[in-house]
Amino acid sequence: MSFSVTAPSPRTKLISGLIVGLYALVTLAPLLWIIATGFKSGQDSIHYPPKVLFEPTMEGYVNLFTTRTRIPSDQPPKDTTSMTWYEEIVYKKGEIIAEPSKYGERFLNSTVIGFGSTALCMFLGTIAAYAFSRFKVPLKDDLLFFILSTRMMPPIAVAIPIFLMFKNLGLNDTYFGMIMLYTAVNLSLSVWLLKGFMDEIPVEYEEAALIDGYTRFEAFIKVVLPQAITGIASTAIFCLIFAWNEYAFAVLLTSGDAQTAPPFIPTIIGVSGKDWPAVAAGATLFLVPVMVFTVLLRKHLLRGITFGAIRK
Amino acid sequence: MLKLLVNKLALKTPRGVSKHVRGLSDKKLAWLFVSPTIILLLAINIFPLLWTIYLSFTNYRVNRPNRDVKWIDLRNYERILSDSDIWQTMQATAHFLVSTLVIQVLIGFTLAFLINKKFKGNDLLTTLIVLPMMLSPAVVGNFWTFLYQPQIGLFNYAISFFSGVDASSFSMIGDVHLAPWAIVIVDTWMWTPFVMLICLAGLRSIPDSIYEAAECDRASQWRQFWTITIPMVLPFLMLAVLFRGIENFKMFDLVVQLTGGGPGSLTTLSSIDLKREAFEKWKTGYSSAYAVILFVTVFGLASIYVKALNKVKDR
Repeated sequence: MSFSVTAPSPRTKLISGLIVGLYALVTLAPLLWIIATGFKSGQDSIHYPPKVLFEPTMEGYVNLFTTRTRIPSDQPPKDTTSMTWYEEIVYKKGEIIAEPSKYGERFLNSTVIGFGSTALCMFLGTIAAYAFSRFKVPLKDDLLFFILSTRMMPPIAVAIPIFLMFKNLGLNDTYFGMIMLYTAVNLSLSVWLLKGFMDEIPVEYEEAALIDGYTRFEAFIKVVLPQAITGIASTAIFCLIFAWNEYAFAVLLTSGDAQTAPPFIPTIIGVSGKDWPAVAAGATLFLVPVMVFTVLLRKHLLRGITFGAIRK
Repeated sequence: MLKLLVNKLALKTPRGVSKHVRGLSDKKLAWLFVSPTIILLLAINIFPLLWTIYLSFTNYRVNRPNRDVKWIDLRNYERILSDSDIWQTMQATAHFLVSTLVIQVLIGFTLAFLINKKFKGNDLLTTLIVLPMMLSPAVVGNFWTFLYQPQIGLFNYAISFFSGVDASSFSMIGDVHLAPWAIVIVDTWMWTPFVMLICLAGLRSIPDSIYEAAECDRASQWRQFWTITIPMVLPFLMLAVLFRGIENFKMFDLVVQLTGGGPGSLTTLSSIDLKREAFEKWKTGYSSAYAVILFVTVFGLASIYVKALNKVKDR
């Protein structure tokens, strides 16, 4: 008999741990499968039964970054020793590299648009959140609710006019257009989260600074911002992940120059049919950064996904 | 030098006056800080929404820019509400919404309940379990079509391994009976951790002392579960359902990549249908009315639900 009547017994703990562990294993299997498939050869990836153990190859990654053509049958064999390692991999499959694929560009687009919109969103969100947290803004509650309600709209509901607007202004398929759009979509999240973080900073710090002769603006920059830095950082990661993952607007408004990776990755195909190792390689490079960020964010995760409704 | 003087003056002015002066500049600063956000949201959210509402009363088509745009009153709305295909997509959406919510609440709560037993390593497992929900639904949905391949897919293999059914005998996304569940399974895989995290926060908010008091009164474990745990977690659970409900009502990217709305139109959820009407058939006015109906539905359902939620909270 334990002393605390409410503490679970060791047996309960063990059984709970086993069940949750099993669930974690099942839930991670698809993710591990994506990563593993990226290192499989074409044959291994469609082998029956599915191969858990296989000889790793960089074929998928090479195919991801290149477009290739079949070697014409009348061409004399080439010497493989003078080739780079990736040319050799392709050559052994009877193909030659035609040109680099679009994946690099699409990944770069995702990065530029993701970081650009996050930076803008953090700037606008921080100052608005500070005003909402500290000042008497007329109609404050209404404005805050208005900001939140913009998130409830199905993106498709405003997609038609945004599509028309972007077309008329020449913003279709541009960095600027996508950055402004993602900033607007993320602003509700950033204002709500940041207001929560700033509400937690005691007002006394600023009052002390104001008495010391700081102006309100200086107090904001030199006293409040350094205090809010963890909150700002975690909010920024949430905005970044959202912009990074967004698909609906990206597929409607971008097609070439500013196309991001999510609409592009599903369109990757090989010389003959779907090239799953290349798709998996593309997905891995795209998803792993988010996994790392999620682990870094774990303390603020709950707060972020509930718009600050639950602060723990 | 000047600044020092001003500060000295400021300190010597009577409290009421200085507060007034500072209040005034605060007000200006407040507007300066808030207005960019409001302006951007008006430009990219409210203005388009009003435009959608306007278009919904017209016969405008983007692909026929030279045709006269006519005001046709409520005819778009009449056509939508009397269209049997749209009711079918509404049904598909309702099926998706209700089944994902029920399954995710059951599994999510169970997991949270078990994690709250505070076994060794529960933090690490929690972090691992939440990974899927942060990933790109489009990219993940696309990869699940590979896992769902008959014969070579990992999912089909696992099912046949444990049940003995031939792995090539069924196709999750091609079969009319299985496809609606194929999208529920992937959504559940992605979003159960969301419900779990919120339930866990609820469970952790219950003070031990309540259970101790119940233990003193010799209330059974079963009774404690139903009279303490469930009522205390309920507001959290309802919040999770609200978030998931809104998100899944808007569901687009995951399902588009997974099934493309097929087979037939069995998994064509409202958002997917709307996208087709608007950007493939280019029925702009018609699809604007469609968008307004969806928006009003989600907004209406959400506000009724929030009222219920507040009642539970106040209790």
